[in-house]
Amino acid sequence: MGKYLLRRLLIAIPSLIGISIVLFTVLALAPGDPFEELATNPNVPPEVRENLRKQFGLDDPIPVRYTRWVTSMAKGDWGFSFASRVDVDKLIKGRLPTTLIIIGSSQLLALLIAIPIGVIAATRPYSIFDQVANTFAFIGFSLPTFFTGILFILFFSIYLDWLPFVYRADIAETGWRFYWEHLKQSIMPVAVLGLFQGASWTRYVRSAVLDVIRLDYVTTARSKGLSEKVVVIKHALRNALIPVVTLVALQMPTIFGGAIVTEQIFRVPGIGSLLISAILANDTPVIMAVTFVFACLVIFFNLLADVLYGWLDPRIAYR
Amino acid sequence: MNEQDIRGLVEDVREGRISRRQFIHTLIGFGLSVPMAGTILMHAGVANAQAYGSFPYKPTKRGGGGVVKLLMWQGPTLLNPHFATGTKDQYGSRMFYEPLAAWDGDGNLVPCLAAEIPSLQNGGVGKDGKTVTWKLKKGVTWHDGKPFTADDVVFNHAYAKDPATACTTIGSYQDNTVEKIDSHTVKVTFNKPTPFWADPFVGTRGCLIPKHLFEGFMGAKSRDAPANLKPVGTGPYLFVDFRPGDLVSGKINPNFHESNRPFFDAFEMKGGGDAVSAARAVLQTGEFDYAWNMQVEDDILKKLEAGGKGKINIVPGGGLEMVQLNYTDPWNEVEGERASLKSKHPSLTDPAVREAFTLLIDRASIQEHIYGRTGIATRNFVNQPTRFASKDNKFAFDPDKASAILEAAGWKKGSDGIRAKDGKKLKYVFQTSINAPRQKAQQIIKQACTKAGIDLELKQVVASVFFSSDVANVDTYTKFFCDIQMYQTTQTQPDPEIFINQFCSWEASTKENKWQGRNITRYINADFDKVYRASQVELDPVKRSAMFVEMNENLIKNRAIYPLVNRPAVHAISSKLRLPLTGWDNDVAFIKDWFREA
Repeated sequence: MGKYLLRRLLIAIPSLIGISIVLFTVLALAPGDPFEELATNPNVPPEVRENLRKQFGLDDPIPVRYTRWVTSMAKGDWGFSFASRVDVDKLIKGRLPTTLIIIGSSQLLALLIAIPIGVIAATRPYSIFDQVANTFAFIGFSLPTFFTGILFILFFSIYLDWLPFVYRADIAETGWRFYWEHLKQSIMPVAVLGLFQGASWTRYVRSAVLDVIRLDYVTTARSKGLSEKVVVIKHALRNALIPVVTLVALQMPTIFGGAIVTEQIFRVPGIGSLLISAILANDTPVIMAVTFVFACLVIFFNLLADVLYGWLDPRIAYR
Repeated sequence: MNEQDIRGLVEDVREGRISRRQFIHTLIGFGLSVPMAGTILMHAGVANAQAYGSFPYKPTKRGGGGVVKLLMWQGPTLLNPHFATGTKDQYGSRMFYEPLAAWDGDGNLVPCLAAEIPSLQNGGVGKDGKTVTWKLKKGVTWHDGKPFTADDVVFNHAYAKDPATACTTIGSYQDNTVEKIDSHTVKVTFNKPTPFWADPFVGTRGCLIPKHLFEGFMGAKSRDAPANLKPVGTGPYLFVDFRPGDLVSGKINPNFHESNRPFFDAFEMKGGGDAVSAARAVLQTGEFDYAWNMQVEDDILKKLEAGGKGKINIVPGGGLEMVQLNYTDPWNEVEGERASLKSKHPSLTDPAVREAFTLLIDRASIQEHIYGRTGIATRNFVNQPTRFASKDNKFAFDPDKASAILEAAGWKKGSDGIRAKDGKKLKYVFQTSINAPRQKAQQIIKQACTKAGIDLELKQVVASVFFSSDVANVDTYTKFFCDIQMYQTTQTQPDPEIFINQFCSWEASTKENKWQGRNITRYINADFDKVYRASQVELDPVKRSAMFVEMNENLIKNRAIYPLVNRPAVHAISSKLRLPLTGWDNDVAFIKDWFREA
């Protein structure tokens, strides 16, 4: 197992290098100038801009800049934000926890919805419950998050005035009020992301469970006299989860992508909104670092999926 | 309006025949900025009775106001005022730092860290226009308890002036020197007579940082200063937290140098999101007290305002949406350069065509159907719209007359309905950045032009390309490789000298200066150049103002530029919040005076 993990991690390195080369080249070729605002400001003489460009080494050829980026990255130096004049890792460290909390809890919510509903729907196919669940699932994943987000704001914040729609990372309250405020402001973004994801996963869990529930070993389990609960959870669900795990892991990058929009709508100071403002400001080191963090997350989740397979199905061996 | 007229008006104010306000509005009508008008009165020694006192500050003690919440859809990304690249950063740093003096909405200088405003009368302003002596307020301390002295002022000058520090404020400090007279007096000496002396240490770019914390971080090391992220200033709020692009917060400074101020115990400035939902947060739910830069269609704003929790505030400022017609030929290369100064546009240099264009721009419709309250039709280039009539501010819209002018000049309609003369057709490419109001304006102009026999091909360029300084890209606005273009130019300084220089011949945007020149239409006019040069050394503010009026008239008469609408600053403010707003400085310049009505 340890050997397997090590090998997988080593394989990840060339893919990360490949990703970084593609990202860097695309960014270098894209139009725009990080010091654009200075260019349009008549009070700033062009020398200041040239000075900044020189200081940040923007005038060097792309391969030189890339090598410099890789070597400093290897030393743990993530670069320096042009817009904030701060080290990039500081910016990311400040933002990543919020994103992970929001995305983490929304995925948890999605699983909490998808697994029970999917399983119940599959054990009673074409029942009223199944029909209703299906209908809601279709509605859920046909509505894009930016739309449901605005809908939620209009209904819960403006019409009912229950929930705040501006997310604040630092809440001055202490004790239980602190958690209460955090909970209140997280409900909408988490629900928007979680319901969207939950809807499509429900459909997936349902069909996966439907596939296995009629297999012979499930009938055998039943004939042994095991309770229905044990049959469904231990025998059927466990096997049905293998394709679901693949789906969840492979959808992670899409979820981070979708979260960018949601973060923008609710002003969640996550890594996604950092990426958007960096793109608008042409702040290349930040764009580079954030997209790189995304790439790492994708590789990490793929690895996690492979490890989970082994746990779910002992027949899969790590070699 | 000439020099004599202005002098007459100054006398009228002195004698009390007209009010200061009337005087200022009259000058605005002639295209002068509010601060310039204010400077004229200051120079003439006309008493400034209730200049800033016009804002009724009610609280009688410091603190007790709770939290004031500001929402900006672009959050500040840095807090060093000398590094501020945009308004967002200037707002963030202004919560902690102060300049010597700031501009109020009527164009008066209000002392902040200065004990008084220098003038000819009190000897602060030198007779030769080369020196200004500032007396500093005594007993002011930095947030960490160290005293604020003349050394700090001198240090800021050296810090900003060093090109290696790469300050965005360098423009205000490179053509002058500053020396310490005593612990609380500094003298600024300009390299040449400078009529507009109230620039270094004043307003947005005049904020002062403490010497004892930044001393070790000048030049290339500037980015390592810890205080870049944890500001220590003299302002009404102490630093609490900063998350770049997301949040700035502060708490009350118990030792603030003005009595009974500030009213609020803390502030929060939140960034991110979009303008529409920011308007909602103030106008509909009341979650926030103030939202900045409401770039939202006026119809939507009006609907949100109906909620009654807040209102929209419109402050006149220096933003101008305008159309430019290229003087040079953008389609053919001369000596390897498109739109070279050596070329001449085949038809847009014809005065008749330029004249016709003024009649084809339907400014009234553009204001009514696109911008509403957030864009006011104007014909003036320098500065504000004419709330008070100016004798020559007529902007007629008359396609028939335009056709007649073209007809008379020999541009005859062909079988395709497009006018032509000597084989040259009136067919143009009209470019602008992608932005809904701009595309609508393009349509309005195109419609009228088609009627008059001018064919416009509309082109849209992504904003990040259009406004970039990328030398390799042909679609940037500074290259202007096109016949016609439209965008917004902003007067960032109260004094129009640096604004109006975008029509000086030596500023022409060319290959030689990598298209960094500010004169983008490539307008070359000897009279204009002459007046501009004269205004640079004219010390008498009245004569100088008359020159700016003359330059403005020169541009309008020669059809060098086609102003469309003036874009005022638009903010959403909670209906209980009271604050002095100014279009000539930051909205938060007077954050110390903000209070909430009970």
